[in-house]
Amino acid sequence: MDKNQSRRQVASMKQSLFDQGLLDEQFIQLEGLQDDANPNFVEEIVTLHYRDSSRLISSIEQALKERNPMDFNKLDTLMHQFKGSSSSIGAKKVKAECNLFREYCRAGNAEGCVRSFQQLKKEYVALRKKLEAYFQLARQVGPQETACRSK
Amino acid sequence: MTVVKDQRMDDLRDQFPVGMRVLAVDDDATYLMVLETLLRRCQYHVTGTKNAITALKLLRENKNKFDLVISDVHMPDMDGFKLLELVGLEMDLPVIMLSANDDPKMVMKGITHGACDYLLKPVRIEELQNIWQHVVRRKYDLKERNKTSSQDKPNGDCCNGRGSSATGNSDQNGKHSRKRKDQEEDDDEEHENDLDNEDQSTQKKPRVVWSVDLHRKFVSAVNQLGIDKAVPKKILDLMNDEKLTRENVASHLQKYRLYLKRISRVANQQANMVAALGTADSSYLRMGSLSGVGHMPTLTGPQQFHNNAFRSFVPGGMIGRLNTNVGLNMHGLSSETLQLGHAPNLNNSMNDPIKFQSAIACGNQNGILAMPLSIGFDQLQHNKGVGFSPIQDMSSLTEAKQTFAMSNNGLLLKPDRENRQESGVYNNLTSVASQHSQFSLPLLDHGRCSDIWSTPVHSSGTNSYPPSEALPGANLSGASSITSLSNQSHDSLTDIHPQGLTFTNNSGLSHFPFQGWEDHNHDRSYHSNVIGNSVDSLIDPEGHTSMKSTFNRNLDFNFCDPLKHDGIVGLSEENSLKQQQGYIMNQHKSQSSHTVNNLGSLEEFVSSVMQQQQLDKVKLLDGTYLCDNNYPAGTSM
Repeated sequence: MDKNQSRRQVASMKQSLFDQGLLDEQFIQLEGLQDDANPNFVEEIVTLHYRDSSRLISSIEQALKERNPMDFNKLDTLMHQFKGSSSSIGAKKVKAECNLFREYCRAGNAEGCVRSFQQLKKEYVALRKKLEAYFQLARQVGPQETACRSK
Repeated sequence: MTVVKDQRMDDLRDQFPVGMRVLAVDDDATYLMVLETLLRRCQYHVTGTKNAITALKLLRENKNKFDLVISDVHMPDMDGFKLLELVGLEMDLPVIMLSANDDPKMVMKGITHGACDYLLKPVRIEELQNIWQHVVRRKYDLKERNKTSSQDKPNGDCCNGRGSSATGNSDQNGKHSRKRKDQEEDDDEEHENDLDNEDQSTQKKPRVVWSVDLHRKFVSAVNQLGIDKAVPKKILDLMNDEKLTRENVASHLQKYRLYLKRISRVANQQANMVAALGTADSSYLRMGSLSGVGHMPTLTGPQQFHNNAFRSFVPGGMIGRLNTNVGLNMHGLSSETLQLGHAPNLNNSMNDPIKFQSAIACGNQNGILAMPLSIGFDQLQHNKGVGFSPIQDMSSLTEAKQTFAMSNNGLLLKPDRENRQESGVYNNLTSVASQHSQFSLPLLDHGRCSDIWSTPVHSSGTNSYPPSEALPGANLSGASSITSLSNQSHDSLTDIHPQGLTFTNNSGLSHFPFQGWEDHNHDRSYHSNVIGNSVDSLIDPEGHTSMKSTFNRNLDFNFCDPLKHDGIVGLSEENSLKQQQGYIMNQHKSQSSHTVNNLGSLEEFVSSVMQQQQLDKVKLLDGTYLCDNNYPAGTSM
């Protein structure tokens, strides 16, 4: 496979993630931290994030099942943690959904919470898939691909 | 976590800020890793931990191991703010808070708890590149403090916001007399300090651990001397601890005063909030100007009384949260309030407030009163001058205390906002307190807190509180109980701050004088150490029920006498008024110190406010208590 082509592919994948608003500055920061001492830093962080967050997702799902009454405080706390974790990898859209969810929590809107969480999960899964594909390709290409998106 | 290679570390430290030793605390593993990497990128030496308890352990085992702490706010095992305070208190290290939550209230909370900075997650590397300034600043401030500590000037200035500048001055004057001799010593010591500081900014002198006992001694010494007159040399002499140097005491005193000030500020904020409740804010404001009686103004707000059955009077000003029995009785108060309203003297004389209180107290007899007191108190609070500057008006407070002592019986005014709700409960408390004729001045605030903490005064079941001591102490106990009670409002007493009365009655309550170190949201934490009794009902305003943590806090928190949790714990657990009352009663009984009672009353008061419905029960109880108090109802008025 043409290395340059692969590199370009990786770069454009990444660019599209930013263009679609799925990732933000934080991802760039993480990439900035990647170096020879930490060649797979970003991937490690993302992996760690998905491990933690899947736990949170199931906790939230569990909590959402309790309808009468719905424990908004607990949901808010869980979502706060989830949001923190998502923002640490730069998951922009997911973070926005988190905020929406928390609004519903504060308003005590159970239906809104459920709906928003469904949406959030969709975004979460979509980003995860894309990132996995991205990292797979990036690994093939080699560690020197940390082209920063020019602003 | 990371192996410290001493040699290399020393080298690194020489190149400060390179090699600055940071302890990072965050329960989110992902973010912790990001943070550690970011910090290493800034060339700091990083140790990370997910667990706040572990972090504390690391910090304690070697005081000189770290230069800076960065901690997340939301952690499961211990609240970030608590950790913040503990670190600030025990180790005097700069702490930076981190959170994904950019709510200004949280930021404010961080600042009031003593954070050097508050960063939002995710943090950019640029923000971290400058955090070393906090380390330098702290060392510099310490140096400055030590230099002037002999004159207690900075303390005086900052602590005595409104009013006691005079006292502060006199303090300094007093010091001047001994200045010469002390100055020499100080100069020498400072010189050494300077040398040390300059040589290696990251190197610290052997740190003194302010254990609970030590702090207790400190607070009692301060109370004995009077907060205005407490100067490091004298405190040191009183404490009679050979391991302490005057500088240690000086810096600790500084912190203590800042803490008290902070509490009062918080209380003021709450007062402001309470003001929203309406009544006579202006009257409070007027009151505010009272010297010393700072809180008294609130008392004089007759309007207030009318409106809120009973605004918390602040006898002697400082006592922001007097749990006057009067207050408790809404009904009683209204009539009383009229009386009170006419007590202009309250405003300006210590005695007045006291009388007022007594009057109010008498009023209580009618029943439990809603916390108008607290409301009023809040008002007071929000007048800086008015209220809680415990420090300022220590002297006045003392007077007030004395007066109260006479009349009080638990005049615990609680400026809680929740007055209304809690009044019921509160009444009980106050009645309890009053019985002991201890004048537990509302835990007033911060300034008082110190007094309270140390005060053995409580134990004096007599009304005569050692002026600065008695009141605070009393209040504390009362407060603590109240806080415990008040917790209910929040989360049921689970939030107990071991440290003292933390009245975490919902936000309204915050009037407990000791918002102290634990300026939780509710700012209701009172450090009820005061009484040294079991009024350890530390109610964690933040609603964290981790008693454990609060207790730890208590221990760590030197300012508050470690409350014996036994009493408080029980209290805190029970939200129900009844229990509280029982608690208070128990407290009362168990502790000779009246303060306990007082505290109980405070707490009860708080809780009573919270639980209006339970007031009935309380009322009965209160009524009983109130009757016991022999307040010269008409005294002040």
